[in-house]
Amino acid sequence: MKADPIGVLTGTHYLDGDFACGEAAMAAGCRFVAGYPITPSTEVVERIARRFPMIGGIFIQMEDELASMAAVVGASWTGTKSMTVTSGPGFSLMMENIGLAAMMETPCVVVNVQRGGPSTGLPTMVGQADMMQARWGSHGDYSIIALSPCSPQEAFNLTIDAFNLAETYRVPVLMMMDECVGHMTEKVVIPPADEIDLVPRKLTTKSPDEFLPYKLNGALAPEFARAGDGYRFHTTGLTHDERGYPVMSAECQEQCVRHLIDKIKLNADQIVRFEEAGIEGADVVVVTYGITSRVARMGGELARQRGVKVGTLRPIVVWPFPEKRMRELSQTIKAFVVPEINNGQIVLEVERCAGGKAAAISVPHMGGAVHDPNDISDAIVEAAR
Amino acid sequence: MIEVMDERPVSPDEHPIAPFVRMDRMPHIWCPTCGIGTVLKCYVTALADPVLVLDKVSVVSGIGCTGRVAGYMKLDGFHTTHGRAIPFATGLKLGRPELLVTVFSGDGDLVGIGGNHFIHAARRNMDLLIILVNNFTYGMTGGQNAATTPLTAKSSTMPFGNFERPFNLPYLAASSGATYVARWTSLHIRRMTRSFKEAIQRKGFRFIEVIAPCPALYARLNKLGDGLDLMRFYFDKAEIRHGADTREAGIDYQDRIICGKFIDEEQPTYLDLMHAHYAKTLGERYVPMPPAGGWIRE
Repeated sequence: MKADPIGVLTGTHYLDGDFACGEAAMAAGCRFVAGYPITPSTEVVERIARRFPMIGGIFIQMEDELASMAAVVGASWTGTKSMTVTSGPGFSLMMENIGLAAMMETPCVVVNVQRGGPSTGLPTMVGQADMMQARWGSHGDYSIIALSPCSPQEAFNLTIDAFNLAETYRVPVLMMMDECVGHMTEKVVIPPADEIDLVPRKLTTKSPDEFLPYKLNGALAPEFARAGDGYRFHTTGLTHDERGYPVMSAECQEQCVRHLIDKIKLNADQIVRFEEAGIEGADVVVVTYGITSRVARMGGELARQRGVKVGTLRPIVVWPFPEKRMRELSQTIKAFVVPEINNGQIVLEVERCAGGKAAAISVPHMGGAVHDPNDISDAIVEAAR
Repeated sequence: MIEVMDERPVSPDEHPIAPFVRMDRMPHIWCPTCGIGTVLKCYVTALADPVLVLDKVSVVSGIGCTGRVAGYMKLDGFHTTHGRAIPFATGLKLGRPELLVTVFSGDGDLVGIGGNHFIHAARRNMDLLIILVNNFTYGMTGGQNAATTPLTAKSSTMPFGNFERPFNLPYLAASSGATYVARWTSLHIRRMTRSFKEAIQRKGFRFIEVIAPCPALYARLNKLGDGLDLMRFYFDKAEIRHGADTREAGIDYQDRIICGKFIDEEQPTYLDLMHAHYAKTLGERYVPMPPAGGWIRE
């Protein structure tokens, strides 16, 4: 399915990451956005609030982020592509209904333009410290998909992908932007509508009598029925069987939760995406995402000038993590160096994948600024020793 | 003495509520003489009105004893998170405005943890029918104190009696902007049903509170007797005063319960205001959602 031209602002623009994200949502067919103002993410919804009335969408400013996320899940059950946008403090409040969306297998997109935390932290300054919260933030076991753009153009491209992944796997997809990418202004090319491929909602073709809302479909998401189409289905945040009915048993829990995990885990090869450079013959691989990947490019260059064979790997999809590739690389390289604007979150995942075969060295930064490239270069040189 | 009028066993499919209720989920979880089943029965009786297209009716519940209603209705039913039934329902309604969206939940859910959403949806005059079953307590978790527990009543977390001032819900709803406000007890079967029928025909934020007994916890902790005693209490203490000033509708412990329809006025809903405002300010540039709502309309 191609994008509806009404939402696509085709052309070459000079946009910040927040605006690019908002434009992509509209291009991707998102027609319901609920949000609550929070720096540094608000520009995304401001853009949408200004354009939605002209393209048939509804933006509602809710009373808080709990309500925003709940409304997004509700709207998605009408088949409307839905999104909310926030930053750290709001992301914390959204965890409750991100869990509901995961449990009900509701396609939706949550944008988190990360700022420094914890608590109110640094409202206007950069952070990347919500990466583990993205993966584990709601209680219980479940899976999500998280993406991390490193430029306004990529904020556009990945927001389109986020909607497509949400529809394909019926999961909340988290756009883990950061304040720098959100507020950085660069060239953004928005292609013509007929060059934007979209995944439509996987509506069931079964009759209401045969339809089971959570009928297992291998490791794939079940077929969808919209509210109001006569399927008269039930869905719940409780552990449920194929009918969507609550069943309080260990057996049903096993089946229900296993499915939530498997549909991402068993399809990880299709979902995982990363970008590599200079890996061939490298002793050290720098693993970075978001804005830090751009700072690390210079850090790597400096290290190369100091004689280290260094490559880079940038997870574009952060969750699920590019586990397989990390394991392969750990066989041949000496060390991974992981700069990130937090006290070391994704480095834990790198370390787990490396399994002791290669070192995993964190280059932490508490936020408020990006790394000094010299710090990254020093860490690379140290790691190569 | 209870006389058995008809001993012929009735199969679940023959039951008059079978078209509306998931009989395959019976028996329900509610305790004997709990009032929630009665409220559900009155609601489905109101739905039986032939002009309603049941395929377009959605029921949204939060968490708690009343929160189980959505799961028993043979409608599109959403059993959501604690306190968030109203914002979930808001998304559902805005995503597909043709739906009749009923929020069916308890006092703890809608005005305890969900109080903020309640007042804001009322303020916006969001087009939702809210049925709130008020049993003065958190039943599902064991009879804890609620935002509605009358002063001096005992609860499991106020074992020496409640000293927190409770909400007067009709007043809360009315002052937040609700356009239809009524209260009944679970004894008022005909009046409650009529109220539901009437509210289904209205638009905007419609709020109906139903006082219902919690025999297993609230009544037991306060030694109020069995189900029949609780019904007798409603019979003695309910006072029907249509159009009463909601400021006077507060409920004191074991005191009178003012019932009736307090407010019934026509006001533009959130969507009415939105459409009118954009049409006025944007003119032909305004592209409303397709009337049927939802954007994937092949």
